[in-house]
Amino acid sequence: MNKSVQSADHSRKTKAWYYGHPSTGSRIFDICNVVFMVLLMVITVYPFLYVLFASLSEPLKLYSHQGILLAPLGFTTRGYTFVLNYRAVWNGYLVTLFLATVGTSLTLVSSLVFAYVLSKQDSMLHGFFTFMAVFTMYFNGGMIPTYLIVKELGLLDSLWSLILPGLISTYYVIILRTAIMSIPKEMVESAELDGANEIIILIRILIPLIVPTIAAIGLFIVVGYWNSWTNALLYIQDGEKQPLQMVLRQIVVNNDMSAAAGTGASNRSGEDSATRLLLKYATIIVSVVPVICVYPFLQKYFTKGVMIGAIKG
Amino acid sequence: MTGEKIIPRKTFRQRLVRDFKRYKLIYLLGFLCLAYYFIFCYLPMGGIVIAFKDFRAARGIFGSKWADPWYKYFDQFFNGYYFARLLRNTLLINVLDLIFGFPAPIILALLLNELRSNSYKRVVQTVSYLPHFISQVVICGIILDFFSSSGVINQIITLLGGNRVLFMQDARYFRPIYVGSGIWQGVGYGSIIYLSALSGVNVDLYDAAAIDGCNRFGRVIHVTIPGILPTVIIMLILKVGSMLSVGFEKIILLYNETIYETADVISSFVYRYGLQKGNYSYATAVGLFNSLFNFALLIGVNALSRKVSEVSLW
Repeated sequence: MNKSVQSADHSRKTKAWYYGHPSTGSRIFDICNVVFMVLLMVITVYPFLYVLFASLSEPLKLYSHQGILLAPLGFTTRGYTFVLNYRAVWNGYLVTLFLATVGTSLTLVSSLVFAYVLSKQDSMLHGFFTFMAVFTMYFNGGMIPTYLIVKELGLLDSLWSLILPGLISTYYVIILRTAIMSIPKEMVESAELDGANEIIILIRILIPLIVPTIAAIGLFIVVGYWNSWTNALLYIQDGEKQPLQMVLRQIVVNNDMSAAAGTGASNRSGEDSATRLLLKYATIIVSVVPVICVYPFLQKYFTKGVMIGAIKG
Repeated sequence: MTGEKIIPRKTFRQRLVRDFKRYKLIYLLGFLCLAYYFIFCYLPMGGIVIAFKDFRAARGIFGSKWADPWYKYFDQFFNGYYFARLLRNTLLINVLDLIFGFPAPIILALLLNELRSNSYKRVVQTVSYLPHFISQVVICGIILDFFSSSGVINQIITLLGGNRVLFMQDARYFRPIYVGSGIWQGVGYGSIIYLSALSGVNVDLYDAAAIDGCNRFGRVIHVTIPGILPTVIIMLILKVGSMLSVGFEKIILLYNETIYETADVISSFVYRYGLQKGNYSYATAVGLFNSLFNFALLIGVNALSRKVSEVSLW
């Protein structure tokens, strides 16, 4: 404890010294730097704000508007009413919720179990297990052979095809393994003496000690499932089983809102394309909001995310 | 000590049996997980054989007949019309990304590190990481909307007195849009790894440099940058090691037939020819060429780096 106080004090002192007597050039740089960061934030956030403003604008005003939006043009929640009545979107939401709950739990549990297996470094097959897992990070079968295997397993058009092909992520396994291995051996050994088997040790002793890592990885997995769409693109034909991102792709990228017909979006064709524009923006917002809600929690774990990113490359 | 010599070493089999008894549950769980890897990772690797076969769906992967000659589909690809175009597009996107996209997060990390206010730094970080967590579909939807003929970018161009540009129908604009939007998406999140490397730089070195008469800029050049260089090199190895891969997700979301000339890359081609047109063997051959090339590249760059800079992945 003494040591940490010392080092904190030292770094503060150094920082003060570092910025001690700023020259004019240094001051100018500071100002430019701050301004640059403001610009960066504006550029990062503005596209999302634009979509938000557009989704709340009166469609006809939006249609004739030129240039950037600084606030909604007029105010209407009609776009969101359309989304509420758009069955495909809700269906997609349900599929995605299934992935975010069932998929996340399965991925987390299986990754944790494998991480535990890999953490037993003195077992004789440890090297073999590790090699078999790590090799898949550098080489894989590729899109077509994987598709054919999924097909032969009879998983096409099944929701399981959205979970199983990526069930265990080797990156997460390695991070979890590192976390498990950082726990002192004595804790495990004393439990072993008390007659606890491996499963009990994992559940009662190890998992409670690495909850922060598990939470971090869990959040990354949830966001991953929420944003996933390529498995559905490859393996799902049935419109009823498309996850939210695929529905979104249909609306936002392919501009195909045929499924919206009959939702009472609009019967007058003049207003039709304008209201469809609203539907597009509103759907984006509806799909992004859950991620924004999780974002503050994710933030706590960015450094862990770095490790994930670093290994992932 | 003498005792050890007298007792014969247990045979491999005996040790394995003992190990199995000791780690019964661990091995059970391990083999369960391995079964997963076998089915979803190693079976597809085995499925690569269809690159050398005339795949017929009715016969299945292993029942299909061997191609004649066995390299038929590779021959078709290398001598085909698309080979040069795909190679060029894939490489060019990566080269542009290496030139513009690779330094961007490093520069951002250095600039963030120079901010005086820690709370301001945290705000900038939080905001700049955001696009990384938004789905590719949403990001590409926004890009397509902004760059469409009646989108915001064109509205601004016409307000400034210019003429409308059909960004997404003009092959010239695809690469800048792809690489530029990639930087926008990834610069913040990419900077995290350099920031964490920066926090590991020894603060005493700054004092020493200052005593030696270094100004602020000099300290960045002589202390900060050398401090994060190993991280930079690792990231560079990974980047160069994937020089021939561009993920198909963003490409197929952004491209359309009119701009295949610059936008079509190997992975999007594999998707189109394999899954959409059903040329499984041909597309697998193209994909195999791609992953083997990348694998070799990664190993080569890593070996080179180990020699030159003593930093390497393994």
